[in-house]
Amino acid sequence: MAGKITIDTERCKGCGLCVAVCPKNCIAISDRSNKTGYYPAQAGTDSALRKNDSCTGCAMCAVICPDAVIEVSRNSNNIVAIEPGRKDKPSLVRKKTKTDSSFSKYD
Amino acid sequence: MKTVFKRTPTLKDCPTHYCPGCGHGIAHRLVAEIIDELGIRSRTIGIAPVGCAVLAYDYLDVDMIEVPHGRPPAVATGMKRTNPDKIIFSYQGDGDLAAIGTAEIIHAAHRGEQITVIFINNAVFGMTGGQMAPTTVLGQVTATTPKGRNRTGEGYPLQISELLAALPGAIYLERCSLHNPAQISKTKKAIKHAFELQIEGAEGLALVEVLSPCPTYWRMTPVKAMEWIEKEMTKVFPLGRLKDVAGE
Repeated sequence: MAGKITIDTERCKGCGLCVAVCPKNCIAISDRSNKTGYYPAQAGTDSALRKNDSCTGCAMCAVICPDAVIEVSRNSNNIVAIEPGRKDKPSLVRKKTKTDSSFSKYD
Repeated sequence: MKTVFKRTPTLKDCPTHYCPGCGHGIAHRLVAEIIDELGIRSRTIGIAPVGCAVLAYDYLDVDMIEVPHGRPPAVATGMKRTNPDKIIFSYQGDGDLAAIGTAEIIHAAHRGEQITVIFINNAVFGMTGGQMAPTTVLGQVTATTPKGRNRTGEGYPLQISELLAALPGAIYLERCSLHNPAQISKTKKAIKHAFELQIEGAEGLALVEVLSPCPTYWRMTPVKAMEWIEKEMTKVFPLGRLKDVAGE
């Protein structure tokens, strides 16, 4: 598993945009509503409906989420995280190292 | 596991009142991320509009002021002239900026005020119940145009960015969209550039128009609303950089 998303299901409004943009099809709308009455999105790893752990941590779901309830982590050491205060342009790109031109360590 | 994406500190840790799939949530997050990335949180003053985003001051953890309908550019003018070291931005919807506030934005641009305007265009009046806005596209069904907007009775959609491009006081105009992650990244770059111009003291107004979905009053699912922006709305409001005096 290269990536992992955590969805705050109590704040999710179930709009389904993350489900539509996920390239690996690993987010599903839950069949149980949250306290506010919405049926929230669920990560494939938690979902009984769509068991899928192929998340790569691309963060497209988090980018389109209107409620900013998705947190994304990635299982790699050579990734630059999006952090407030970073002034240089690259955000979701891998660090270029001399030994790692082909990004072979990326898993 | 390393966290690559999480909520930015300037976006307050609370749920929003917006409908599911509303573009305001995305736009708020972009503004908050940009403020944090540029490190200008302590000297930024935002202006909340009248419209759905009227409670923006509850979601953005910067100094904010609420002003009468359509008047953010006028208030921003006063704030920037009295506090030239502050970063002033206004966040306005299309009912606010393109309808009642048309005079204010045109004259603020005409005077070349050094402010940043974020213009959220969702082609309806969302807060009041989905009535026709000046930006409603031809044929679009709204509460006040049940048979679709007709050019003979209701006129054509108002293209604010093209209108302002004619004014020398407006130095940066770009129209972006929120319909997919790639476009959201472009929108973020555009808004960031608009802020950077103000930080660097560029003399003129920077406006970024953001095409944003209103699934509730377009009577669509959030996913269909995003598709409608891409297929229909971008025909009337073509995306791209209309003007960048500093970059030319």
